[in-house]
Amino acid sequence: MMLENDTLVEVKNLKKYFNVGKGKVLHAVDDVSFSLKKGHTLGLVGESGCGKSTVGSVTMRLQDPTSGELLFEGKDIFKCKDKKENLQYRRDMQIVFQDPYSSLNPKKTIRSILAEGYQIHHTVTKGELNDVLSLLSEKTGISKDMWEQYPHELDGGKRQVVGIARALSLNPKFIVCDEPVSSLDVSVQAKVLNLLMDLQEEMNLSYLFISHDLSVVKHISDRIAVMYLGQIVEMADKDTLFSETMHPYSIALLSAIPKVDVENKVSRIVLKGDVPSPINPKPICRFANRCWMSQQICFEKEPELLEVAPGHCVKCHFAKESRKLMAGAEKTGLNSGEQI
Amino acid sequence: MNQEKDILLKISDFVVEFRTETGTKQAINHLDLAIHKGESLGLVGESGAGKTTTALGILRLLPKHSAKIKSGIIEFHGQDMAKMSEKRLMEIRGDKISMIFQNPLTSLNPVFTVGEQIAMVLRKHKKLNSRQAMEEAGKLMETVGIAKERIRDYPHQFSGGMRQRIGIAAALACSPELLIADEPTTALDVTIQAQILELMKSLQSQYNTSLLMITHNLGIISELCKNVAVMYAGTIIEYGTVKEVFSNPMHPYTKGLLGAIPSLDDHKDRLVAIPGEVANPYHLPEGCSFHPRCGCKCEECMKVPPEMVEINDSHFVACWACREGK
Repeated sequence: MMLENDTLVEVKNLKKYFNVGKGKVLHAVDDVSFSLKKGHTLGLVGESGCGKSTVGSVTMRLQDPTSGELLFEGKDIFKCKDKKENLQYRRDMQIVFQDPYSSLNPKKTIRSILAEGYQIHHTVTKGELNDVLSLLSEKTGISKDMWEQYPHELDGGKRQVVGIARALSLNPKFIVCDEPVSSLDVSVQAKVLNLLMDLQEEMNLSYLFISHDLSVVKHISDRIAVMYLGQIVEMADKDTLFSETMHPYSIALLSAIPKVDVENKVSRIVLKGDVPSPINPKPICRFANRCWMSQQICFEKEPELLEVAPGHCVKCHFAKESRKLMAGAEKTGLNSGEQI
Repeated sequence: MNQEKDILLKISDFVVEFRTETGTKQAINHLDLAIHKGESLGLVGESGAGKTTTALGILRLLPKHSAKIKSGIIEFHGQDMAKMSEKRLMEIRGDKISMIFQNPLTSLNPVFTVGEQIAMVLRKHKKLNSRQAMEEAGKLMETVGIAKERIRDYPHQFSGGMRQRIGIAAALACSPELLIADEPTTALDVTIQAQILELMKSLQSQYNTSLLMITHNLGIISELCKNVAVMYAGTIIEYGTVKEVFSNPMHPYTKGLLGAIPSLDDHKDRLVAIPGEVANPYHLPEGCSFHPRCGCKCEECMKVPPEMVEINDSHFVACWACREGK
């Protein structure tokens, strides 16, 4: 499908379970696989509690996986025990957190927050530190006046820029962006997204971009994976995903977004109920109880994530029929506002 | 801005200040707004624009020790709510005007059953006895799509979306003339948000309630509202029908807001960010409060705050540049 040497990160069958007592096991991430090319962005979307952030933090090895492999430039990081090599991976992989209010140490000045990475990894000498920091600040648009300020003196957008600058300080190859703009206002969000995209072009970065906002994900990603209850239910290049959506959950998710466009109103599929609990899930289709086209087989057998077209994977028994079914439902007026 | 007699609520020259340790915060600056009978009006703006303060100001729910209503008239049924007694206000709140709050996790009381919380409103305003009120509460729960059997459950037993439905049921209990919804879906997921929006759409047509929808999500406005008012630094800078304003925005700030949203439909490479930062409410710039961020400012913008001018009968804008361009 793609050239092996072009792939930077490859995640295979990643699982992360949490024991929640009394023999209950919470399947936060259940058998997730994806790969990411150099200089590309993979968007990961889903509702709260679907396990997207857990994927991010396990990929960063902030938590240990239950099972699975993560190949970074061909080597399995989860198995790596060598301290020096581990330190190198820490340099190559960085994360930008969701909440810029809690991810910066309130007792440190912006300058010492930015300098921390260099000091831990000893990549520059003390004499060079100021020059390197100036360069970093210039690249990310942080003015030098901010260096001696504390995080509480900055607004959300600026704090997030500091978070991004900190992640970039060690010249990483791969950055996990865990909802980096969801706590920001639209006008600030646009600035941060532009910055992320400019930096990607300049430094050939690869992003794993986690968000619940489909329009943001579409804007920044090359490929998009839709998650539901710990599993990827659909993955495709962004244009394919939006034009040829196949999984009933993705279709519902796309139709749920309120659109600014006043002219073309599309009918909406309203899902009934809430996301079910991820504790001890049954081996059936996890979306079956909310799905508007579920049939007997969905409650009996778990569908596999199959490649229906080159690069387009769907986890549904009726992947091929879903669009036809949707068109049918629209005609009968089943889904205009009514809960089905 | 339409026929005078249809006006349900009219706010004129509304000014609210907050006294804080750091100084005086000018939250609302000479706000004028009118809501007509049966109208659904959207109020958009970024955080800190004064949207929630406006909503709380209408119901006089602002914190007494720090907030001060400097001037303004809130005319509702010929009476000025800004000068009304607390007793009279309590008769209006929840009955004639009710509100849905942003966070369904905190707006319900955790120690009362949901049925009790809906029934409370009915006992107070409709003077029903306990049994009647509970019965009515059960009916209301069914209208918002929650089984009547759950009437004796506590808020923590419900999910976020269901709690917001309970909040809506309580707000609609007395068929209010005006419903104020303050970011009712911001704390919810998109699929749950879709459920709530569909519910509000159908209830609004059923009860013929006027709606003041406060949100920062332009998509929600375009789905739910007929008219929209864009707010910046405590004042309305553009007003009109959603169709007019979104397809032909006049104010540079509205243009900026629309350009900053990533769209699902077209392929723009870069978003257009609005330069600068949101005006500091402690030191508002002189003249038009948007001028330090504006690309087409002139001499006048820096001195005199612009007044609302009519572009056509369904579109008004407060901008000197727009006036001169005409």
